[in-house]
Amino acid sequence: MDIPLSDFMLFLPEAFVLSMACAILVLEAFFGQRRPQLSYVLAQLTLLAAALISAGTLDTGRTLALGGMFVHDPMAALLKTSIFLVVVGAFAYARSYLTAQGALRGEYYVLGLFAVLGMQVMVSAHSLLTIYLGLELLSLSLYTMVAFDRDSAPASEAAMKYFVLGALASGMLLYGMSMIYGATGSLDITRIAMVIGESRDKGMILVFGLCFIVVGLAFKFGAVPFHMWLPDVYHGAPTAVTLFIGSAPKIAAFAMAMRLLTETLGGLSVDWQGMLAILSVLSLAIGNVVAIAQTNMKRMLAYSTISHVGFLLLGILAGTVAGYSAAMFYAITYALMAIGGFGVIILMSRAGYEADSLDDFKGLNDRSPWFASMMLILMFSLAGVPPTVGFYAKLSVLQAVIHVDMLWLALVAVFFSIIGAFYYIRVVKLMYFDAPETGEPLTVSTDLQIAVSLNSLAVLGLGLFPGGLLALCNSVLA
Amino acid sequence: MIEYPLLSLLVWLPIAGGAVVLVMDALGNTACRQTALIVSILTFMLSIPLYFGFDTSTASMQFQEIIPWIEAFNANYHLGVDGISMPLIILTTFTTMLVVLAGWQVIKDKTAQYMAAFLIMEGLMNGVFSALDAVLFYVFWEAMLIPMFLIIGVWGGPRRVYATIKFFLYTFLGSVFMLVALIYMYFKSGSFSILDFHLLPLGMTEQTLIFLAFLMAFAVKVPMWPVHTWLPDAHVEAPTGGSVILAAIMLKIGGYGFLRFSLPITPDASHALDWLIILMSLVAVVYIGFVALVQSDMKKLIAYSSIAHMGFVTLGIFLVFTLLDNSGSVDGAALGMVGGMVQMISHGFISGALFLCVGVLYDRVHSREISAYGGVVNTMPVFAAFMVLFAMANSGLPGTSGFVGEFMVILASFKANFWFALLAATTLILGAAYSLWMVKRVVFGEVANDNVRQLEDINGREFFILASLALVVLLFGLWPGPLVEVMHASVDNLLLQVSVSKLPPAETGVALLQAVRP
Repeated sequence: MDIPLSDFMLFLPEAFVLSMACAILVLEAFFGQRRPQLSYVLAQLTLLAAALISAGTLDTGRTLALGGMFVHDPMAALLKTSIFLVVVGAFAYARSYLTAQGALRGEYYVLGLFAVLGMQVMVSAHSLLTIYLGLELLSLSLYTMVAFDRDSAPASEAAMKYFVLGALASGMLLYGMSMIYGATGSLDITRIAMVIGESRDKGMILVFGLCFIVVGLAFKFGAVPFHMWLPDVYHGAPTAVTLFIGSAPKIAAFAMAMRLLTETLGGLSVDWQGMLAILSVLSLAIGNVVAIAQTNMKRMLAYSTISHVGFLLLGILAGTVAGYSAAMFYAITYALMAIGGFGVIILMSRAGYEADSLDDFKGLNDRSPWFASMMLILMFSLAGVPPTVGFYAKLSVLQAVIHVDMLWLALVAVFFSIIGAFYYIRVVKLMYFDAPETGEPLTVSTDLQIAVSLNSLAVLGLGLFPGGLLALCNSVLA
Repeated sequence: MIEYPLLSLLVWLPIAGGAVVLVMDALGNTACRQTALIVSILTFMLSIPLYFGFDTSTASMQFQEIIPWIEAFNANYHLGVDGISMPLIILTTFTTMLVVLAGWQVIKDKTAQYMAAFLIMEGLMNGVFSALDAVLFYVFWEAMLIPMFLIIGVWGGPRRVYATIKFFLYTFLGSVFMLVALIYMYFKSGSFSILDFHLLPLGMTEQTLIFLAFLMAFAVKVPMWPVHTWLPDAHVEAPTGGSVILAAIMLKIGGYGFLRFSLPITPDASHALDWLIILMSLVAVVYIGFVALVQSDMKKLIAYSSIAHMGFVTLGIFLVFTLLDNSGSVDGAALGMVGGMVQMISHGFISGALFLCVGVLYDRVHSREISAYGGVVNTMPVFAAFMVLFAMANSGLPGTSGFVGEFMVILASFKANFWFALLAATTLILGAAYSLWMVKRVVFGEVANDNVRQLEDINGREFFILASLALVVLLFGLWPGPLVEVMHASVDNLLLQVSVSKLPPAETGVALLQAVRP
């Protein structure tokens, strides 16, 4: 296949990340022992450069490349840029964690970069095959990362669970795709959409295929009832990995939902809207209610993720540009809040000790008022209380849902967000109202302090001035 | 007109000051206290031009500032005040100053955070009163919960965690439904401007649902019976400063919400459902009055008395429809509404003062139980004088500001319906009963125990706080003119708004109020 130079410019970020990931893998093998920070620095530089390249293509219109397998559009550019930036944050947290736990190995960054590559492919996929390819690259990297700490029994268990269930979900997705292929005779997204649009009778087989695709998607999102893997994996994986899984892949999953549901199967929107409504309401209910019963911070944040996924799906199921842009805003800002939340867990951990129990947060205000206030911002943002960015994410989703006259869904969503507020403010309660269990002050490395502070202040800053990002999300979809 | 952005300064100066105080934590408590006091005095001084620069002849928004904020939602950073909100802002800045002073020696733990929380709170409350954009309003409204949540939870009494979580969830529950209503109106009107909402035509069903959504938010905040149960808990557990801010200002935000949102946006639904509010208000006045009577805890007693007094506010506000129907005159209707608003301001001063009095006693004896005191007048004569004055004001003694509002509302309810007036007037008896009985048991009589015997009278700081409040209470009691004057144009305008039906022509049969347009 001939690849013209103009095509190359379009997938430059992918090509760049791929070559750098390979290069870092080799360099790590040769110099990893002597210069343990080398991989980290190179990985961060790679991500920042890739973010710059992607941000530069925000204005480039929709263009196909690689014989129609790959698409570049403003949405892809924005999502990739956010993925890169979120992963920069994730790596910064991860380094402190890995250093403290004595598990500093370059492979983490290499696997992370491959996962990023997988996400990029998902974001820019224009064929069912490309979507699957990207998804598998992402998933395989994540399975390995979960099992990163190979001596830890919970981590191995989590990895095994994740792998088995993930493989099952991938199978479902592939099965659905094969049916769509059978019904339309194509793997190309535009062609499928065209065939579905032209056919009057939306055959049984298409809806059947859609079902499997939605199941696969719901699994990757972690929507109820396909959420079983999520709490165990979040809990079992090393915090540095949980933080990675909980953030950027949600943006990629959003992209996959956009490519599959709206761009490919837009003609079946009536069918998938109903399915997403069920998934969304269940996720909001189970996620928020079960989170209350958790005593482990990582597990609580896992259930909180499930509830946030419910909110995000609401935006998609509205089926309007406003809804998609609201869901996109939600995905990006959620990723930002999620790395912050896990970042604070890392901040509180010491060598050989994971501060992931809720009790570890007791009296944080006495030990460090600054970081207590940072966590306060993050918790209120996750609960959706202004003036933090979490409020605008919820506001724009609610707006989209009310606009298409699904008032009852909006009411269900706000009802469960009140229930959800309880477990977030419980964390605030522990930090501010309870006495600390240990008197020792926090010892935190400088770069971690900067990372957590920047992260929380970004959540607050975007809450005071959300206009720019909201406008950007609108404009890339327009 | 003043050129500099006065309202923005009133909102952001205290918030910035709060942030500075937080950072100054390392410099020691005294520095933090002094900075907080300077910031709060400065904010109060800044709010004075608001009164003197205010044009009492117009009902339109003054000191307006408008800057595009979130273009995706068509939301603007739009501030402005009228005769309804302006007095409340001055009440806020005045009270905050006293609260900062009141916490001077008492708060020894995390002083910087305490002071900062109150300053940030002040900025947010000013924001609520001056926001003219619904998103901006909602942001301030919700953000206010965060500092209050911490104030009760960190510096509160033994059951503070229960009280503060109850407070937070109750208020959050009420307000999210308001958010849904606001979004709905955004799609109807195309912007989030509250002034546009006022002009928005709405059908009866829509109005009813929106009215109920607002009612959930504001009734919790006021609080009205039967959603008042968070208030006694919050008040009892909150530190003195927190109780003062809660009673003096946060409760007013509910009343303000009715005036700014419910009445002008949903006049027909308000008319149709005014019986519900009047019923709830009268229950609050009578039933909660009796509940207050049996309290053994001073703070709880004042908390219940607050609910009863706020019942007067909502009663006065929602009497307008009956008055308009009965008399057809806008003047008579204005009486109830002005009465309600005067009552809000006056209750702000009086309840704040009473909580401060309890605070003075609590700081010395560490008990809020009435039975722990007795004969305080023997050891603290100056303090006793103040406490008696404020208790009298609370029971509506003529000459104090408590009388003005109550009298106007009772007068208005006489015009509306004899039975309303009869029930409302029971407050004169009940209010006097619970206030004066408490004073009798705490202040007068023989010295009850050693704790009371060792009491020292109030110091200069406490004297200054109570004296300035006493001055205001007497001033507005004897000469309410300046207060009523600024409200006048806005109240007339509001009455005009509620007397015009918003229903589309086919539905107007329901609203016969057109006739009363002046």
